[in-house]
Amino acid sequence: MIEIKDLHKSYKIGKNSLHVLKGINFSVEEGELVAIMGSSGSGKSTLLNILGMLDEADLGTYHLDGVEIKNLTEKTAANYRNKFLGFIFQSFNLINYKSALDNVALPLYYQNINRKERMERAMSYLEKVGLADWAKHLPNELSGGQKQRVAIARALAGQPKVILADELTGALDSTTSYEIMNLIQEINDEGKTILVVTHEDDIAHMTKRIVNLKDGVIIDDRKVKQVKALENV
Amino acid sequence: MFSLERWLEVFEAISKNKLRTFLTGFSVATGILILVLLLGVGEGMKNGVEEQFQQDATNRISVYTGVTGVEYKGLNPGRRIQFKNQDYDLLVKNFGDEIEYKSSVYRIWTGLASYKDKSGSYRLEGVLPDYQFLENAGMIQGRFINEEDQEAFTKNVVIGKKVRDELFEDENPLGKLIEVRDINFKVVGVFQDPGGDREESKVLMSLATMQRVFGAGQDIRNLSFTLPKEESFDIALKKSNALISKLEAMLKAKHTVSPIDNSAINISNSIENSKRFYDLTANIKLFFWLIGLASLLAGIIGVSNIMLIIVKERTKEIGIRKALGAKPMSIVGMVLHESIFVTAVSGFMGLIIGLVLLEFVGPMINTEFISNPEVSFNIAISTVIVLVIAGAIAGFFPAWRGAKIKPINALREE
Ligand SMILES: Nc1ncnc2c1ncn2[C@@H]1O[C@H](COP(=O)(O)OP(=O)(O)OP(=O)(O)O)[C@@H](O)[C@H]1O
Ligand SMILES: [Mg+2]
Repeated sequence: MIEIKDLHKSYKIGKNSLHVLKGINFSVEEGELVAIMGSSGSGKSTLLNILGMLDEADLGTYHLDGVEIKNLTEKTAANYRNKFLGFIFQSFNLINYKSALDNVALPLYYQNINRKERMERAMSYLEKVGLADWAKHLPNELSGGQKQRVAIARALAGQPKVILADELTGALDSTTSYEIMNLIQEINDEGKTILVVTHEDDIAHMTKRIVNLKDGVIIDDRKVKQVKALENV
Repeated sequence: MFSLERWLEVFEAISKNKLRTFLTGFSVATGILILVLLLGVGEGMKNGVEEQFQQDATNRISVYTGVTGVEYKGLNPGRRIQFKNQDYDLLVKNFGDEIEYKSSVYRIWTGLASYKDKSGSYRLEGVLPDYQFLENAGMIQGRFINEEDQEAFTKNVVIGKKVRDELFEDENPLGKLIEVRDINFKVVGVFQDPGGDREESKVLMSLATMQRVFGAGQDIRNLSFTLPKEESFDIALKKSNALISKLEAMLKAKHTVSPIDNSAINISNSIENSKRFYDLTANIKLFFWLIGLASLLAGIIGVSNIMLIIVKERTKEIGIRKALGAKPMSIVGMVLHESIFVTAVSGFMGLIIGLVLLEFVGPMINTEFISNPEVSFNIAISTVIVLVIAGAIAGFFPAWRGAKIKPINALREE
């Protein structure tokens, strides 16, 4: 599903350049649930953003579902983001003036799906995350956990091939975090490929594979026995 | 632009972001309002000045007769040409649409007039009602000669201020009888004339009365008329020259005068005097156009600024939308669609408020130099359209930049 080879990325800060990713080789099969770990500043988010086509690598190749992601026009990139990828962010990134339902429906708007069907589909995903009753509420009327559920529903709504989550539990207490992870596990059990960035061990162990980043390279990549989040709740 | 989905999306953004919508709308509406008021006051000032200097603008044309200078069609030179009422009728018939005020005049240069024991020698003139405007005579008492005086041959006269002062001193002349060349006339009005004493030493009666009482038959001494004000001096000059040459040709043909004869029929006009007036109003117009353009420019800059701020404020939202798969053009379209819609609606609101203010408050303003401020609807609408288009163009660049920004950078924005 995801295949990257010798990926490099540096940031320019004034005259200096900060080499963040120093040759990452890494692949993910369909249906995997992977945690990317590493200390702060190790380049986890940078990697995830490149995988999500929110940012571009300097060097290396990236194939997503067999398609090479390289020198894409803005339009094609937008198209791929819309069709292939679903994002979940630490800070939720919901549009604050749109209701939960409208937020979930937004990826479908960019798939040119008509309003009625958009709303029906969005509603079904809200049901899936257990927020059907909150459909008309604005994000600031929701708790952190609820916001993240809305974000998950939105990430699912576009029926992407891969879901990318950056510290999706970073802003939540542990009980809520486990509930969210339980949802992630359910979605993964249905076959969706999911990558989560986290620096919390317990969260990482709720995935099936942990990739450890340090100083811009992968120092460890192993399958783990998945801990069911439900057991912790 | 015409997709219903986009409209719904835009309406949602507008109605859920009331403060942003209000601030944008408010500044555009006030901008247009100020512009409309400014143009209105400019127009009012132009009107006021035009009123003040109105009489300078009128092109007064007089036609006199003399004796023929050259032989023509077997007629010897030295023949005196005499205008009759028919010549006036001919003028009205052929040029009635082009001229403003008109009168034929019969004149006796000196006539003895007396009241009680006082008397004086004054010019006597038989005129038509329009003559008041031809001479710019202002009534200080009573009325001017009217149609009825003309039709009923009334023995009513209007006297100049000097005549009143000499014959009546402090007595009220209205309704009193004065004797002119041994015939009694009733005074119905007193006029003053910017021309001063000489013009105010006149006794005026209706042309018909004068012709009958003084045995003038159908004779008239001259034809006087004015041409209306034109857009510019050049137009006025062109029209004046065209009319004069047609009129001259017509009168010469009628009185069998050679086309090259230049003493039998004389036409004088005062168009050169009006040049100053036209220059003045043209300058006022130019001045307010410049001010208008300057404020339009200020409005455009204002709208561009708003657009810049809106795009800045929406950067994070743009980042989210891009992460969800929005194409750059769809971002640009969304931003522009909303801002064009808001600027257009609020622009028209400002326009309407401005027009309503001018309509109802305008007539109350009537100082010496501002009169009836108003603004042409077309001009006002054009300014709104220009502002909306300029706003769209000015908004395009920040919107485009916003759409081009890497999603990750847009998302980092707070
Ligand atoms: N846009 C940027 N410009 C400059 N430097 C950046 C930028 N984004 C990240 N960096 C730097 O790159 C390095 C890696 O950042 P990254 O966000 O990938 O780390 P991370 O592993 O996600 O850390 P954390 O766990 O704190 O989120 C950091 O040193 C960071 O300061
Ligand atoms: Mg990070």
